[in-house]
Amino acid sequence: MTKTKKRHRKDSIGYIIFSIFNYIFLGLVALLCVLPLVHILAISLSSKGPVEANIVSLWPKGFNLDSYKYVFSTNQFWVSLRITVLRTLLGTILTLFLTICLAYPLSRPARQLTGRKIYMALLIIAMLFSGGLIPTYIIITDVLKLGDSILSLILPCGVQIFSALMMMNFFRMLPRELEEAAYIDGADHFQTLIYVVLPCSLPIIITVVLFSVIGHWNSWFDGLIYNTQPEYYPLQTYLQQFLKQPTNSSMEMKFNEISDSSLASANIFVIMIPVLIFYPWMQKYFIKGITLGSVKE
Amino acid sequence: MNTLMAKPKKRRRPIGKEWQLHLMILLPMVFLLLFAFLPMFGLRLAFVEKLSYKKGIWGSEWAGLKWFRYIFTSLPEFKRAFRNTLFIATAKLILGFPVPIIISLLLNEVRSKRYKKIIQTLIFLPYFISWVVLGGIVKTIFAHGGAFDQFLMFFGFHPNTIWLQNNNSFVAIVIITDIWKGFGYGTIIYFAALTGIDPTLYEVAQIDGANKFQQIVHITIPCIMPVIVLNLLLNLGSVINANFDQILVLYNPLVYEKGDIIDTYVYRTTLEGSSATNYPIGSAIGMFKSVISLILISTSNLIVKKFTDYRIF
Repeated sequence: MTKTKKRHRKDSIGYIIFSIFNYIFLGLVALLCVLPLVHILAISLSSKGPVEANIVSLWPKGFNLDSYKYVFSTNQFWVSLRITVLRTLLGTILTLFLTICLAYPLSRPARQLTGRKIYMALLIIAMLFSGGLIPTYIIITDVLKLGDSILSLILPCGVQIFSALMMMNFFRMLPRELEEAAYIDGADHFQTLIYVVLPCSLPIIITVVLFSVIGHWNSWFDGLIYNTQPEYYPLQTYLQQFLKQPTNSSMEMKFNEISDSSLASANIFVIMIPVLIFYPWMQKYFIKGITLGSVKE
Repeated sequence: MNTLMAKPKKRRRPIGKEWQLHLMILLPMVFLLLFAFLPMFGLRLAFVEKLSYKKGIWGSEWAGLKWFRYIFTSLPEFKRAFRNTLFIATAKLILGFPVPIIISLLLNEVRSKRYKKIIQTLIFLPYFISWVVLGGIVKTIFAHGGAFDQFLMFFGFHPNTIWLQNNNSFVAIVIITDIWKGFGYGTIIYFAALTGIDPTLYEVAQIDGANKFQQIVHITIPCIMPVIVLNLLLNLGSVINANFDQILVLYNPLVYEKGDIIDTYVYRTTLEGSSATNYPIGSAIGMFKSVISLILISTSNLIVKKFTDYRIF
């Protein structure tokens, strides 16, 4: 109804002119968000001459795949890729498990969970205050001895408080009758959670998983400080080190015809590929999740 | 009949067995203890003379507030980093805050659903990419003779500054690229609020003869005002955070003067050079920052609680 109304509404000339400019302006803004990525892709596919003469803009000049060949021939790339995939997989499973374990009890009313206030207070303190870089570093490497292992990349970020609160809010919005029916059928908490609550919570589960996957895929600082050896670096840390001193790698480089920036761009682009592939699908769930999480009480 | 009604109504008992809930929550609590609370107790490190490897954080010799006095009286680099942090973070907040509001208002005027969807998808993309990757891209674009210089040259300018090595342009790039990465996310939030506005309000306004611009000023903006205020308050807590990841991947010694922030300073003087002698100082600075951020966030949450019905916790 409203749609047809809108279409038949008469617009003033001024509004039509505004609309045209609006479409163009938003188009330019959107282009501004993707063109840098296209530029990097073009550089990574170009040959050394045009790249160093700075004439590559959005289309590769002297097209070749040499820099990608070089990236894939580096041993460290595969080592780091393995670590990133492993941490993303294990870390996400752990985070999902811990988030559910945290969100379900907290989503019960206070009369069902004695000490709910204390649990919540602990959660909020952990959210608002932190020990800071150095104490955290010392606890993880010296006290818990997790350094130089994949555990240092998985365990410290296991509990995601923001995700837990988001999931808690979601559980609370589920109709009460569902759980009451389960109770009448004799289900205890574990059974209610597994057979009633979780099957209804697919959207929030996907959102929590996505937050965790993106977080793990993108994080690099933990990989840098908790590991002393490059063999333990995840992909992002490897890239950060590579971009910091690109000359080191080009010295030992067999392919002299690749420029440093092509090689760096190829590395950058390869790391983005999984994000770009799943992006349209992820985006949908992120938008859902953000709006879900912001609905309260 | 009365006796029948008088049958005691079964009091609603808690579902199932309560111990199961406590068992469930035990594991995440252990994680919090190890990775959130233990480091907080580790802040004792800020009060020790130096970290003794034999005795650990809790056995090292007590030095009182020595390091706090030290950082405020005789550490100009810390003062510089503190100033830079406040400047960069505040500039990001002030300049970046209106961007998603404006974009979502403009997006709301687009009638083609398909176009709207495409724009939304594209502007949200940088949010998903790490600062390591974006840092590499920014460095390539702003390199000497890079894409940005080529762009300027196309319009007849001949820049001879190396943008990321000049203090002022470095700060400008840091602010702009941070807004660039994040505005898509903000747009989603405001856009959700905009689509929730009751369309009859606009119809009534049209009957009253309000033009498009008047509708935006008198209907759209007041309707999303609560979301705007809420977002602003929630962001106030971040004026002590200038974005560590971003600056660490972009900065270099030439721009320490304006670009070095608290986190990069702490990292550089402690873990990066693995100089354990600086650990107590680094912890003291970290604690100072944590306390300020705690005060800021709790204050803004109190205000939120007082003036809106939104509760974060």
